[in-house]
Amino acid sequence: MSKVGDCEKCEELLQGFLDRELTEREHAQAELHLGGCDYCQRRYTFEASLRRYVRLSAAERMPPGLMERLSQLRTTDAST
Amino acid sequence: MSEPEPDSTGRRIAGEARSRIRFEEEALEHADQVYRVARRLVGSREEAEDLVQDTYSRAFRSWRSYTPGTNMKAWLLRILTNLNIDRGRKIQRSPDLQPLEEGDYFLANKVAEAQGEQALETEKVVEHLSQGSIVDALSSLPHNFRDVVVLVDIGDFSYADAAQILDIPIGTVMSRLHRGRRQLKQRLAEEAAA
Repeated sequence: MSKVGDCEKCEELLQGFLDRELTEREHAQAELHLGGCDYCQRRYTFEASLRRYVRLSAAERMPPGLMERLSQLRTTDAST
Repeated sequence: MSEPEPDSTGRRIAGEARSRIRFEEEALEHADQVYRVARRLVGSREEAEDLVQDTYSRAFRSWRSYTPGTNMKAWLLRILTNLNIDRGRKIQRSPDLQPLEEGDYFLANKVAEAQGEQALETEKVVEHLSQGSIVDALSSLPHNFRDVVVLVDIGDFSYADAAQILDIPIGTVMSRLHRGRRQLKQRLAEEAAA
């Protein structure tokens, strides 16, 4: 059974855990707690979903013609 | 007294031209991602296009300042974010928007974050929101927070890369990221409740 203190610690580590920015030790700590705590597992699932939605929201293709315009910015003059 | 061999000069020029071509091709490979980040940093598609074009124009002109083998996407985004700032965005640090020092990071987390079951309720509501809502919520974030959230969550940069791109300490990246994400959730929850 998870103690409140453990959940608090997990909460602190959660963002870093999702961003893969924790030390090995912290990562193992968080992973261990998540494996046995329903509450934190749900928090984790939500945070991961939110990341996914945010990324999907930005899945916008370049407007037509932009790539062409960028290619045209390339140097043709070897002396510059 | 000897002059440089015409052959070696010619070889040097040809070698440089090849490096430049490689550089330009690699830079263009990142165009999609660069646009995606630009689109979330500014208000409209037109602005994003202009910003990306200006970015590549400058990148191609200053190609020699890029060190081959290093993170080119970060290098390009640095140019982009600097241009975005130059475009008249005022970076005014009002007292309310002072970034937290590293030590305050966890304290702010504890104070502002809804604890316990209340947090899960908010999250249940937010889960059913549309993509458009997320775009709107993102663009409503203060610039400082939005820059970091977009670089990390959309640009896929590490905290260290984001710190380098924005020229701020890593602790500041973490605190702005955390507060930005929290504000994002709050705005989404507000909209869902409306």
